[in-house]
Amino acid sequence: MKKVTMTVNGAARSADAEGRTLLSDWLREGLRLTGTHVGCDTSQCGACVVHVNGEPVKSCSVFAQELDGAEVTTIEGMANADGSLGKVQQAFQDYHGLQCGFCTPGMVMAAAALLKENPQPSEAEVRHYLEGNICRCTGYHNIVKAVMAASGQAVEPVAAE
Amino acid sequence: MPKDTGIGASPKRREDVRFLTGKGRYTDDINVAGQTHVVFLRSDVAHGRLNGVDTSAAATMPGVIRIFTGADFEGVGGLPCGWQVTDKHGDPMQEPPHPILAQGKVRHVGDPIAAVVAETREQARDAAEAIVPDIEELPAVIDMKKAVEEGAPKVHDDLKNNLCYDWGFVEENKAAVDEAFANAAHVTSLELVNNRLVANPMEPRVAVGDYAMHDDSSTLYTTSQNPHVIRLLMGAFVLGIPEHKLRVVAPDVGGGFGTKIFHYAEEAFCTFAAKQIQRPVKWTSTRSEAFMSDAHGRDHVTKIELALDAENNFTALRTETYANMGAYLSTFAPSVPTWLHGTLMAGNYKTPLIYVNVKAVFTNTVPVDAYRGAGRPEATFQLERVVDKAARELGVDPVELRRQNFIQEFPYATPVAVEYDTGDYDATMDKLLEMIDRDGFAERRRQSEANGKLRGLGVNCYIEACGIAPSNLVGQLGARAGLYESATVRVNATGGLVVMTGSHSHGQGHETSFPQVVADMIGIDESQVEIVHGDTANAPMGMGTYGSRSLAVGGSAMVRATEKIIAKAKKIAAHLMEASEGDIELKDGQFTVAGTDKSVAWGDVTLAAYVPHNYPLEDIEPGLEETAFYDPNNFTYPSGAYACEVEVDPETGKVDVLSFAAADDFGNVVNPMIVEGQVHGGLAQGIGQALLENCAYDEDGQLLSATYMDYAMPRAHDLPMFQVDHSCQTPCTHNPLGVKGCGEAGAIGSPPSVVNAVIDALQSGGHDVTHIDMPLSPSRVWGAMNTAAQ
Repeated sequence: MKKVTMTVNGAARSADAEGRTLLSDWLREGLRLTGTHVGCDTSQCGACVVHVNGEPVKSCSVFAQELDGAEVTTIEGMANADGSLGKVQQAFQDYHGLQCGFCTPGMVMAAAALLKENPQPSEAEVRHYLEGNICRCTGYHNIVKAVMAASGQAVEPVAAE
Repeated sequence: MPKDTGIGASPKRREDVRFLTGKGRYTDDINVAGQTHVVFLRSDVAHGRLNGVDTSAAATMPGVIRIFTGADFEGVGGLPCGWQVTDKHGDPMQEPPHPILAQGKVRHVGDPIAAVVAETREQARDAAEAIVPDIEELPAVIDMKKAVEEGAPKVHDDLKNNLCYDWGFVEENKAAVDEAFANAAHVTSLELVNNRLVANPMEPRVAVGDYAMHDDSSTLYTTSQNPHVIRLLMGAFVLGIPEHKLRVVAPDVGGGFGTKIFHYAEEAFCTFAAKQIQRPVKWTSTRSEAFMSDAHGRDHVTKIELALDAENNFTALRTETYANMGAYLSTFAPSVPTWLHGTLMAGNYKTPLIYVNVKAVFTNTVPVDAYRGAGRPEATFQLERVVDKAARELGVDPVELRRQNFIQEFPYATPVAVEYDTGDYDATMDKLLEMIDRDGFAERRRQSEANGKLRGLGVNCYIEACGIAPSNLVGQLGARAGLYESATVRVNATGGLVVMTGSHSHGQGHETSFPQVVADMIGIDESQVEIVHGDTANAPMGMGTYGSRSLAVGGSAMVRATEKIIAKAKKIAAHLMEASEGDIELKDGQFTVAGTDKSVAWGDVTLAAYVPHNYPLEDIEPGLEETAFYDPNNFTYPSGAYACEVEVDPETGKVDVLSFAAADDFGNVVNPMIVEGQVHGGLAQGIGQALLENCAYDEDGQLLSATYMDYAMPRAHDLPMFQVDHSCQTPCTHNPLGVKGCGEAGAIGSPPSVVNAVIDALQSGGHDVTHIDMPLSPSRVWGAMNTAAQ
C-alpha cells in the first residue's frame, strides 16, 4: 500500500493505493468520486474515461501508483465555476443524450476530449471517435447530436424532427 | 406548435443534472459502515457433479471472514419461479429447484459454487482463487433439439427429462389449422433462429445486504427494476423474512432492459450473509460475471409456416418453437415463449387460424428470461420474415401483401386470445412510406451498384401487447403475481406534491414525465411535483417497470390517486368559499365557483387541509394524501411500420445500415423527447441483434462470448441517424391517459426489416438467398452469397 497524490479537479488529493489499484478504483473508493463508472473489465466500454494530464484515458486501464503527481479531471470537474453545467454537459441535457446515465460520465469526458482535438467534427468523426464508449440506452442518435451541438454546429432540436 | 409544459411537452430531464455532474447514486456508489465484500467462485464447467468444496486454504487467507457453500443453504429456500405454464396435456411444467449456491451439481458455466466474504474485494478475490471445488465433469447438453432426445444427459436428475413443457396454443384449433394448410393455395415455410442475446445494461448488477440487530430488520440495496417484487420473492420464498422486516432499495439504476427484473442468487446471498456475519455484505458484478450470471434473452429455434389462398389472403399460421430455458427457471422465464409470444402471432393480420407449439428446454447454459420485448420480438421476427418470404415467392409487393391482410376493424379479437382495442396499420404504413422515399429507391440502388455495392430495402410491421397487464387475466395464464401498479400522492401543506410510485425509472425519465401529468391535472408548475421511486420503505406495493408498463399502468395509478386528491381538494375549496361542491372548478391551480368570481388558490386549500381551523371536519379528514392501485382490463397494443435500407459489400459480406425509419402508434404521448429516445435505443438493440450480437456457447457449454471483446455491442459507428415518427395516434381506449407504451417497440420491430433488407440486397445481385440467421455478420452474409446458386 502506498500513498498516492494527484491534482484532481484542481485540488491536491491523496489516498492509498495497492500496486494493483486501478485509477478508476482509486477515484471511486479512495476519493469517493463515484461519478467515474466501471462498466466492464476489458477496457471496452469507456464509462470510466477521465482526463489525465489533459488526455482522455480509460481509468480502468492504468494503475494509480503510476500516476503519482498527475493532473486528473473527472466528470465532477466539468461544471462551470458557478456550478452550472459545462458546455458539453449542457448539450447532453438539451439534446437528451443520456437515459440511464451510467455511460454518461465517460461519454462527456470523451466528447470533451474530441472537441479539444477537433473543434468542428463531422457526424462521421464523432461516431468514429466515440467507438470506445458503449451506450446501451440511446442508440447514440442523441449523443451524436449533443456533441455536434456542443461544437457550435447547427443541430435540429429534439422532438422536432 | 410544441407545448412548453404539461402533457405533450418535452421539458429537459431533471434527472440529467445529477447524472451529468457525477452525482448519481447507483448501487455501487453506496457503501455502508462496516461493509464487507463478497466474491463468488463460479463453475468453469457446464455440467458436473459437485463432490465437495475444499475451502481450507482459502479460509486462512488475509481478510477472509467467512466462506459459504451450498451446505450453508440447506433449509433455505431456492430462487422461485413466478410463472407456471400448463402444457398441452394439461399438466404443469417441470420446475426444478434453484439453490442460491450449487448443491450436488453445477449446471452451467457461472453457476455459483462458493462465496468468500472478506474485508476487501481484493482479499475476497484472492481467497476465491484458493478454493478447490471437486467437480466430476458430466456431458453437457447445449443444443435444444439434442437435449430433448431420448437418453440425453439430464440437467436435473430428478426431472423426467429436459423438457420443461410442451405447450400448444390454441390446442383446440390445431385440427382446423392443419386442415387450412391442406387446402392452401400456397404455403411458405421458414426455419430460423432467434439468436441468444445478453441484455447488457451498462451498469453491472450490484447488491449490498445490511442487517440491523436493534430491530431484526434487513435492507437490500440492489440494481432492480422492481424492488417490491424482489422484497416479496426474496422475503417470502427464499429467506423467510416478513415484508415488514425487509426493505429493498433500488436507487439510480443504470439500465435494465429486462435483466434486472429477476430475483438473483447474489442479492439473496448478500441479505442472508449480512445477518449471518452481522455486517453489511457488498457484491459488485464484473462484466464477465454478468455475461455468465445475468439472465440471457431470446434463443428460440423456430419453424413457421404461412398458408395463403389463391388471392394471397393469409388463411392459417403454424409454428413450432424450441425455447431455451437454460439450466434453471429464471423468475418469469416460462411466460416469455408462451404468453408473451404465442399471443402475438396474429401480428397486424387477420389470419383466422393460428396454432403455436412451444417446447421449452433445459440446457447447461445460463437461464434465459425476458429481454427488451420478451417473446414479442421472437413473434414479430418469424412472422414478418415469413410474410416477406411469401411476398417474394408470390412475386408481389411485400408492402401490398401486408396491407391486404391488415386488420382493419377494432376492437379485434385474434385467434390467439387477445383483443386489440385500437390501431390503424395503414396509417403507420402510409407514414412510413412518406418517410423513406420508396420511389427514389431504384435510383439509390443504381448508385450503390455503380459503387460495387448491393442495396436493399426491407419493411416490416409489428404489434406488441404491453402495459402488462390485467391481474385476473395473467392469473388465469399462470402468473403467480398480480400486475397492477400503485401510486401515493402526498400533497404538502404549502402545495407541493410528492408522488410515490411503484414504477421504477432506470433511464426512462419518470422523474420528468410523471410530473408533467400531475401538474397538468392540477394546473401547477411541474417543479412543484417530485417523484419518489425505488424504495419499498416509501412507495406503496408496486410491480415495477418492464413490459412498457410504467406510464400505461403506473401513470394510470398516479392519475387515479391525483383524481382522488382533486376530489377532496374540491370539497375543502367548497367549504372555504361557502359554495356547493358540485359548482367547484379547478383550472390553472385555482378553484373557482362556477358562475361567480369567487376563487381560492391551490395553496390555500392545501394549507387548510393541514391547518384545519376553518375546515369541514364533520365531513372529511384533515390532510391531503391518497393512494390508488390501478389494474387495467386489457393489455395495450402499440403498433407500427419500420423500414431499413442497407448496403452490402459483396467482397466482404459487410452490411451497412444506411437508414432506418420507424413510424409508431403509441397512442397519446406525454413527452415526445423521451419517447423518441426510447425508440432510438430500442432500434439500436434490434439492429444489434440483427447484425452484431450473439451469445455463443461451444458444444461443451463453454461461454465463448463473455466480454465486450467477444460480444459485439453496437457502437456509434455501427448505426445511422434514425428517422422516428409517432404522429399516428390511436389512443388506448381503456386507460385514463390513452397511452400505450413505447419502451420495447424499437427492439421488437427492427430485426425483421434489417434481415428483409439484406435478403432484398442479395437477391438484387442475383444471389438465391432466402434467409440468413442473425446476426448477419460479414462471414455469414459472405458465406450465404457464396454457397447459394447464382
